[in-house]
Amino acid sequence: MALSALNAAWLIARKDLTIEFRTRTAFLSALVFALMAIVIFYFSWDPTAIPAGDLAPGVMWVIFTFSGLLGLHRSFGIEQQDRAIDGLLGAPVAREAIYLGKALANLVFVVGIQMVAIPAVALFYNVSVISVAPALAAIALLAAVGLVAVGTLFGSMAVNTRLAELLLPVLSLPFFVPVVVPAAQATAKLLNGRPIAEVDGWLRLLGAFDIVFVTVCMLAFPYTIEE
Amino acid sequence: MTAIEAHGLTRAFGRRMAVDGVDLSIASGDCMAIFGPNGAGKTTLLRLLGGLLKPSAGTATIGGVRIPSGDEGRGAVGVIAHATMLYGALSGRENVEFAARLHGVRNYRDAATAALDKMHVLDRASAPVRALSRGMQQRVAIARAIVHAPSVILLDEPFTGLDYAGASALTVLLGTLRVGGAALVLVTHNIAEGLAIATHASIMREGRFARSEKRASIDADRYQSEYRELVSHGT
Repeated sequence: MALSALNAAWLIARKDLTIEFRTRTAFLSALVFALMAIVIFYFSWDPTAIPAGDLAPGVMWVIFTFSGLLGLHRSFGIEQQDRAIDGLLGAPVAREAIYLGKALANLVFVVGIQMVAIPAVALFYNVSVISVAPALAAIALLAAVGLVAVGTLFGSMAVNTRLAELLLPVLSLPFFVPVVVPAAQATAKLLNGRPIAEVDGWLRLLGAFDIVFVTVCMLAFPYTIEE
Repeated sequence: MTAIEAHGLTRAFGRRMAVDGVDLSIASGDCMAIFGPNGAGKTTLLRLLGGLLKPSAGTATIGGVRIPSGDEGRGAVGVIAHATMLYGALSGRENVEFAARLHGVRNYRDAATAALDKMHVLDRASAPVRALSRGMQQRVAIARAIVHAPSVILLDEPFTGLDYAGASALTVLLGTLRVGGAALVLVTHNIAEGLAIATHASIMREGRFARSEKRASIDADRYQSEYRELVSHGT
């Protein structure tokens, strides 16, 4: 009896998260990178020249973008060791389900980084995020979906190349821009105390990008994974 | 009943033809051993039959289902390859259960236990795969490949890394699977090993079958020398 695509995706995501939970290689690397970046930005910051509310959103989204890449690279890296990917490709599951499973695990990874990094940024830059927490969480989640949708696709393409570590950011970053720009803009407005109604447009834009990116990347995925 | 059928199966990598117009037909319960030198196209042929590679031309069907397009066709195949296809951070049991669940096996726990037991690796099943020796990993990989009771099993040098006990367990297992109606395709360099299991034997060279015959008509000693001559002639 063949598995439904959603069940297969959930199974693959759970497997990836179990492996990451046991090895913690990518998450710890991403976390160390995130905290290092926060500290470096903090010590190079002149609070008298730039208000915290203007700098913190940029710091946040630089961190999410680059630390997310570490997890995205690892996602298909674990499949290449001992050609475990052949086990997935040989199973009677739709290629799209493999993409969804990988993307779901990557989403949990990026959201995990965000859950540590957002409070850390708030602490270092002394910005209040509690009052805008639901809206900020919505921005972070919507942007994470977009980043992961694109990054998972390019991760599968890059992993078979000799310069995978270089190729993944080169391919992904231009496609991250439409997600990171509205996310950073919306975050800046929230942290500067603007009303939530002002970020509504950015949220809709992020939602639209997510729908387009998830759909296009899921449809393109089978062509990148099959030899 | 025909389990595997291929017509004009071809796969090119750039300008090199790894598999060049192969025709084959294997019935349920048969085992075809494929011999050949390195680079003959044996592994590529197995990957094509397993739906892991797309053919450049030609067609292949597993149980009447065309591959690689049909999920159903892939589900009927078990692949044992050079690489173990296992996740090092997961235990042997977790790897086998994961494969069983991907193949939609209902009682995946029982199926995994049975498969691991057949390969005499049940007592080490809870250890992470990366902590196992190469031979034990190969046993787990074989358990992973058979856990969903496939009707077609593709074996690429399956005895690699196995000790005597592991090789014996595999030989017994393959015999049982054949009797149960599974069709086997075995790629190996070891002619004695291959002929011990096979019902049909083929020699592959430069992407094509240079000769194919029934095992019953083969004299093992003469076949070895003829194989060496055929292979050295082509190099």
